[in-house]
Amino acid sequence: MTQPLLDVRGLRIAFGGKDVVRGIDFQIAPGEKLALVGESGSGKTVSALSLLGLVQNADISGSAAFSDANHGPGSRDLLALPERALRGIRGKEIAMIFQEPMTALNALFTVGDQIAEVLELHEGLSKPAARAAAVQLLADTGIPEPERRARAFPHQLSGGQRQRAMIAMALACGPKLLLADEPTTALDVTLRGQILDLLDSLRHRRGMAVLVITHDLNLVRRFADRVAVMENGCIVEHGAVAEVFAAPKHRYTRRLIDSRPQRDVIDAGADAPGMAPVMQAEGLRVSYSVSLPGLRGWFRRGEFVAVQGANFRLAEGQTLGVIGESGSGKSTLALAALGLLPFQGSLEVDGGTWQPKAAANKALRQAVQVVFQDPFSSLSPRMTIGEIVGEGLRIHAGELGVDARQARVRQTLADVGLTQDLFPGLLERYPHEFSGGQRQRIAIARALIVQPKLLVLDEPTSALDVTIQKQILQLLQALQRDRGLSYLLITHDVDVIRAMAHAVLVMKDGTVVESGPVAQVLDAPQHAYTRVLVAAAG
Amino acid sequence: MCGWIRVSGSTEVIAVSPSPGKRAWMRFRRNRLGYWSLVVFVAMVVASLFAEVLSTDRPLIVRYEGSTYFPVWKDYSEKTFGGDFETPTDYLDPFIRQRISSGGNWAVYAPNPYGPKTLNYFATLPNPAAPSRENLFGTDDRGRDLLAQLIYGFRVSVLFALALTAIGVVLGVITGAIQGFFGGRIDLAFQRFIEIWGSMPELYLLIIFSGIFAPSVALLLVLLSLFGWMGLSDYVRAEFLRNRQMDYVRAARALGVSNRRIMWRHILPNSMTPVVTFLPFRMSAAILALTSLDFLGLGVPPGTPSLGELLSQGKANIDAWWISLSTFGVLVLTLLLLTFMGDALRDALDPRKQDR
Repeated sequence: MTQPLLDVRGLRIAFGGKDVVRGIDFQIAPGEKLALVGESGSGKTVSALSLLGLVQNADISGSAAFSDANHGPGSRDLLALPERALRGIRGKEIAMIFQEPMTALNALFTVGDQIAEVLELHEGLSKPAARAAAVQLLADTGIPEPERRARAFPHQLSGGQRQRAMIAMALACGPKLLLADEPTTALDVTLRGQILDLLDSLRHRRGMAVLVITHDLNLVRRFADRVAVMENGCIVEHGAVAEVFAAPKHRYTRRLIDSRPQRDVIDAGADAPGMAPVMQAEGLRVSYSVSLPGLRGWFRRGEFVAVQGANFRLAEGQTLGVIGESGSGKSTLALAALGLLPFQGSLEVDGGTWQPKAAANKALRQAVQVVFQDPFSSLSPRMTIGEIVGEGLRIHAGELGVDARQARVRQTLADVGLTQDLFPGLLERYPHEFSGGQRQRIAIARALIVQPKLLVLDEPTSALDVTIQKQILQLLQALQRDRGLSYLLITHDVDVIRAMAHAVLVMKDGTVVESGPVAQVLDAPQHAYTRVLVAAAG
Repeated sequence: MCGWIRVSGSTEVIAVSPSPGKRAWMRFRRNRLGYWSLVVFVAMVVASLFAEVLSTDRPLIVRYEGSTYFPVWKDYSEKTFGGDFETPTDYLDPFIRQRISSGGNWAVYAPNPYGPKTLNYFATLPNPAAPSRENLFGTDDRGRDLLAQLIYGFRVSVLFALALTAIGVVLGVITGAIQGFFGGRIDLAFQRFIEIWGSMPELYLLIIFSGIFAPSVALLLVLLSLFGWMGLSDYVRAEFLRNRQMDYVRAARALGVSNRRIMWRHILPNSMTPVVTFLPFRMSAAILALTSLDFLGLGVPPGTPSLGELLSQGKANIDAWWISLSTFGVLVLTLLLLTFMGDALRDALDPRKQDR
């Protein structure tokens, strides 16, 4: 093997005496694509940040030998370099791109100025030359009309364009190594492939090595040459992507690879026409009033239509999946289905419909419950688990005494896999003591305790690690089988739809572009957008 | 070290950890300066609540010719102790003192044998008198004992500040909660009202009202409360605006929880951090407000022991250094303790601070 570009040995990182990275070794050859894969908290991002001296208040030991032919023979230990020397390396020889391009770009400067600044700083270019180079870089990343875009502020660009601008900025000085921290996670599925292709072609053209940090196995399989799997601050497996995926040796790697959701639901029989659906929508439309720009806004309010003319039907014991990218109106649809937003058109829920007066909705509230995406904001941090889960009973089963209520709370928590044996004093605990997956189970218990017929699942697993996602989906499938629940499942993930749904709605820009049984929509997509979506999921 | 595998998280048995409020208290206790400030401050307030026993011109118990008297609780005429008149006894009178301490008679005096309004007609020094064995902190320009004035003045200040803070918190939380929770037109209307209300000249109103009505502590409390809630209401409004968007509130709505219960049980406990953090600072602001109004002569009615009035006496009698110095000392100590407590509280409630 030729001399590696970067040779990391025995890297350990500890925060306040607590080890986060426990001595990892990895090498990157020039021009190579290495993926560091692991779940949240496995120490992958902090390992990459430490290479550039961007981790504060940590005890770092080990070595990271960086050999750059331009700098002369021999190598420099990045972990031992003083801050001044590191500043010369950052951006120039090792560049980094981040997950969220909106926060990584400065909102007060144009994109072109920000790229030009890097060039002026590191390459000593004059202002006009730097500007011209910035436009050229933007053109390289495939942004249409690069001259106009260079004068745009970050908020004027779309998410994909922002990520391209970030990449242009990172590549401005022709780095030898690019650290990409979850480069596509914040992007819609349809854009992810494009960004990966872009990174790959730029890497090829410039002979640059890429270290990509991700939790997304699809990305690894598609993009990387070699993969290092991290768990709890250790690299547990390491090898060529094809080999690791074909024959994973470590059991954690196997678990990761097996974490693709499995379909385990009772298939839809012939939809009995006599049976009343749990939810049926006809011409459902949701709009917000927005302020108009300019003088017109003084006199009139504009209207933004978030959901336009949606028709669907959800039978008992089945799952209707709603898929689309951010801003497609799928979460608005969920809120309307919950009666939390005013809507037009007809929406029949369990034989009734939402009334404007809150008191008139009590029976429907019991029939329709919800589980939200973010398990951290969906539980009040100042209420105990007993209070959170028991609250529904106070409202819908007020006749129960304290003991009966507590028994129901315990039973429901046990149904979602949280028992007194695992967590002594379960009901008196507060949400901060539970992990993301456990919190999501608590949120499911809160919804289940009033014995609803329909659960609205708004991205129930998007905030969770892949292995936890699989467990939660299995739980939801089991609950559906046992209780005949119907699910309205909102997601952006084709894999989740494939595993869970009986029927699918594909949404784009507030309209339903395609709908039908899951097999039909995913295996023979009719609409161009659906085809892109399915193809992007691999 | 690598290759070490943690037991899968879901099977571990984890001990119960205390509630968020309790953890905040534990963090507060770890800040020793703030914690001891709280202890000292509470001790001072509790002691001042017993001022009638600690600093009074009447003996606590008198044993006089076989009978026991409790002058602190009950008035006795001079004749009881062998005087000539029916008037209430002046226990500072050397004649009475001599009567109740001669023979088998005895009396137990308060640690500081002067009340806030006591005038010692038998004092040997001209007023204001410098600190001496009789008056540990000296006397003011009317001959009243300064230590007694400080004890009672401190009590008035602290109780006034507590009441003002409590009223301000209740009003501020209610108005802020209504604005933040309902938003829209209600919020807009309230915000404009606050802007108009906040631009009223508070001091002039106080001067005008003190001209119309007889000055009293209650009137002052009402007037200051009318303007004291606005700052807090803004913070609570912002917290409610933020929290009402959170998924846990949406989930509660989806359960059919009533608005009132959502505000009270769900959002309010999560919005109390700025309220609690500001409590000590609001108290010190209230103490300062009362002191400065008293200093200007717009505060409590004349005759009420007050730190502000003492400061103004100190200004009038600049050579009687003991008046201004001791009052200043009490004020600085009080405000300093409150500030230390506020700092500790702010750190304790800072979500970025970890337990360890």
